[in-house]
Amino acid sequence: MTDAIMNSKPGAEIRRPTLSADRLKKRYAAERRFRLYGLGSIIAAGLMLVFLVGSITGTGYSAFLQTYIKLNISFDPEYLDPAGTGDVEQLRTADYGGMIKKNLRDNFAEVTSRSDKRKLYNFVSPNAGFDLRNMVIENPSLVGQSLDLWIKASDDIDMLRKGYVDRTEEESNRRVTDTELGWYDRLDSNDRIETRFNTDFFSKADSREPEEAGILGAVTGSLLTMAITLLLSFPIGVMAAIYLEEFAPKNAWTDLIEVNINNLAAVPSIVFGLLGLALFLNFFGFPRSAPLVGGMVLALMTLPTIIIASRSALKAVPPSIREAALGLGASRLQVVTHHVLPLAMPGILTGTIIGMAQALGETAPLLMIGMIAFIVDVPGSFTDPATVLPVQIYLWADSPERAFVERTSAAIMVLLAFLIFMNILAVMLRKKFERRW
Amino acid sequence: MNSFFLILVVIGLSVAGYAAGRARSILSASGDARILHSLPSYYGMFVALGCGLPAILLLAIWLVIQPQIVDHMVMAGLDASIMPQNADEYSLMLTDIRNLSSGNATSRVASPAIVAATERYLTLQSIGFWSMVGSVVCIALLGLAWARSRISRNFRARNAVEGIIRVLLIICSLIAILTTVGIVLSLIFESLRFFARIPFFDFLFGLHWSPQTAIRAEQVGASGSFGAVPIFAGTMLITLIAMLVAGPIGLLSAIYMAEYANPKFRAVAKPMLEVLAGIPTVVYGFFAALTVAPLIRGWGEGVGLDVSSESALAAGLVMGIMIIPFVSSLSDDVINSVPQSLRDGSYGLGATKSETIRHVIIPAALPGIVGAFLLAVSRAIGETMIVVMAAGLASNLTANPFEAVTTVTVQIVTLLVGDQEFDSAKTLAAFALGLVLFFVTLGLNVIALRVVRKYREKYD
Repeated sequence: MTDAIMNSKPGAEIRRPTLSADRLKKRYAAERRFRLYGLGSIIAAGLMLVFLVGSITGTGYSAFLQTYIKLNISFDPEYLDPAGTGDVEQLRTADYGGMIKKNLRDNFAEVTSRSDKRKLYNFVSPNAGFDLRNMVIENPSLVGQSLDLWIKASDDIDMLRKGYVDRTEEESNRRVTDTELGWYDRLDSNDRIETRFNTDFFSKADSREPEEAGILGAVTGSLLTMAITLLLSFPIGVMAAIYLEEFAPKNAWTDLIEVNINNLAAVPSIVFGLLGLALFLNFFGFPRSAPLVGGMVLALMTLPTIIIASRSALKAVPPSIREAALGLGASRLQVVTHHVLPLAMPGILTGTIIGMAQALGETAPLLMIGMIAFIVDVPGSFTDPATVLPVQIYLWADSPERAFVERTSAAIMVLLAFLIFMNILAVMLRKKFERRW
Repeated sequence: MNSFFLILVVIGLSVAGYAAGRARSILSASGDARILHSLPSYYGMFVALGCGLPAILLLAIWLVIQPQIVDHMVMAGLDASIMPQNADEYSLMLTDIRNLSSGNATSRVASPAIVAATERYLTLQSIGFWSMVGSVVCIALLGLAWARSRISRNFRARNAVEGIIRVLLIICSLIAILTTVGIVLSLIFESLRFFARIPFFDFLFGLHWSPQTAIRAEQVGASGSFGAVPIFAGTMLITLIAMLVAGPIGLLSAIYMAEYANPKFRAVAKPMLEVLAGIPTVVYGFFAALTVAPLIRGWGEGVGLDVSSESALAAGLVMGIMIIPFVSSLSDDVINSVPQSLRDGSYGLGATKSETIRHVIIPAALPGIVGAFLLAVSRAIGETMIVVMAAGLASNLTANPFEAVTTVTVQIVTLLVGDQEFDSAKTLAAFALGLVLFFVTLGLNVIALRVVRKYREKYD
């Protein structure tokens, strides 16, 4: 600066900021632009969120409905009970699939060729026989009667009903042929096709047939896994936080634990899966695919979140409370269990719920320990093979059928509903018990 | 009856112990609790802990050790003619026996010797289980009796109970350390087995990745090569795309929220951004694979570009959306902690708000912002489901975002999912990749946390 002044010759032009209205206008315009960039990026993020949720609900809502076809079913004794014994065991093992096929042929008398028959059989779900079997077992007097019944349609017809089949497309590119379209339209014009609420989606486990696949198995698996995670991570996390915050001496060892916990919180989740695979499965020999092991892995993963939240909740309790209790003769453990912990509990619970919400949405570590198997049974215990909701979503997302796309989206909607519920709970807890000292 | 009920039994015994201890303490003070050293509930607690802790500990150890002993005994008791020759055969036979004993189908038709071994396995298992029940209940009762016998008027029950609880607290806080040690040891141990087969530098600097190894020795053409550079490059490409999305959007959102937005807008916008971080990654993966990838492909075709259906761009864009909140919330924090005096000084010199932000606040907050970006990068590198569902498996060494690339996490998942055998180079490679992933993310986190902490100290 001084050099510049010394070097400048007398009479040389002095540079001044231009204070013209033009420049001011430009600066204000830049100001407005900058502000708009900021607002624009928030709006962009919001739009992405809306687009994400919108595209998922847009494809998923229809999975809550299922198409049914009204067929005249005669419970033919020839199929069900040729000997006329009325034995329940006989009724249980009878050929209901064959009975439905026969009734389909009777309903569409003009169908004679083999390939057309096969197309016709494709109209109803391959598992529809099981529903009829349950009806007959419940009420054996149905045998010999003939009724109009609503039978569950196959996924192709379901997709057609929901408008996902483009009729204008080339026949060979469609999953539904022109002949089938003709039959469908005939059924439709006779009011023999309707959509109803899809209860099976909530009451059945996974299946290869989209119209039979439900989320009950995955939801049960998730609940079992979360139970283990909560049972392990909550007590251990809270106890660790109590030790670190209330009892631990301030030394290098405690520092190490602290740094360690902070780093553990940022370790990629899949690494926890590798730990579970190497340690729990290969070293200890725990069963694969079990909610027990999944819960343990997720507990290790959630632990840092719970410890960090619990510590800050404990830290927020003012020292005067501790001093008052100590002054009245309480031991240090009594101070914590009688006074500090109850006051910190809302904060701890909020942190725990958020940690559990993370664990509920977690997929990658569970893939590592084999919770990715195709499982048609609802798991009944902590060591049964099971899958969880996010993994079910992943599995369905891989299935090629159009009907699974809609079911994947619907499963995502259920998962998001759980998460929203948990987060609202956490926010409400915080609001209700938030206390300023 | 299973071990779960055994735990319930032990808990029931502990509750009984609590009542017994409490009653005995009052009895020992002849009904006047005031002359006891501790409150009666502490005597109860002492007996409950004395009954429950050793029993639960024994149960845990037994559950871990019993399967291994049973396996060993069954295999050792096999007839010499079918005794497995090597480790692979050994584990295969063991799996067969286990499957048979739980009533599942096996991979081969069971020979009579295997059926006999299965029966032996089941017998040993039930012997083991019932002796476990016996010894656990015994230990629980013994502990109960011992702890109850200790109780007298002058016994310092509170001190004893608090001592035990304190030890429990310390053990709980050590679990975090043990987890880290477990991660590091298991990764290093398995990686060392991998590097015993594949040289370390071939792995780190090799340019060709095709992990298909031959199952049988005489098989042709599938020797497997484990050069991880294409994988690292793919990871970096996707991370770069993600940061190109999340960086500007996250930072600008943070600036707007910290400097321009009124409290009402903030109260809506901040949670909305955080929702993005709360959505499960599998949902983003589905969104990327089913909505974004076809969109990008369609646009690409519209302008005459050849876009792969598993392009790096789709995965990167969606991952970018996911990590916006990681950038924005931390940047928001650091911008808010820039002292007001710096702003006031700048305004006093006549700067507009945006000039103040660009020339004063951002430079002042730069270390913290860098920390936020590093944390976001580490998130992106470790993210799994989005790339598993939307990025490809082909290990192309390319910088073209329209082509399919693969990442470290994708390879870990594909190498380990559905593969039961556990000592091929293929499965071990996943652990070597995991090791690299762990140390890279750890390094990024340590640097980021240190930078942020240094920065906070500067203005505190």
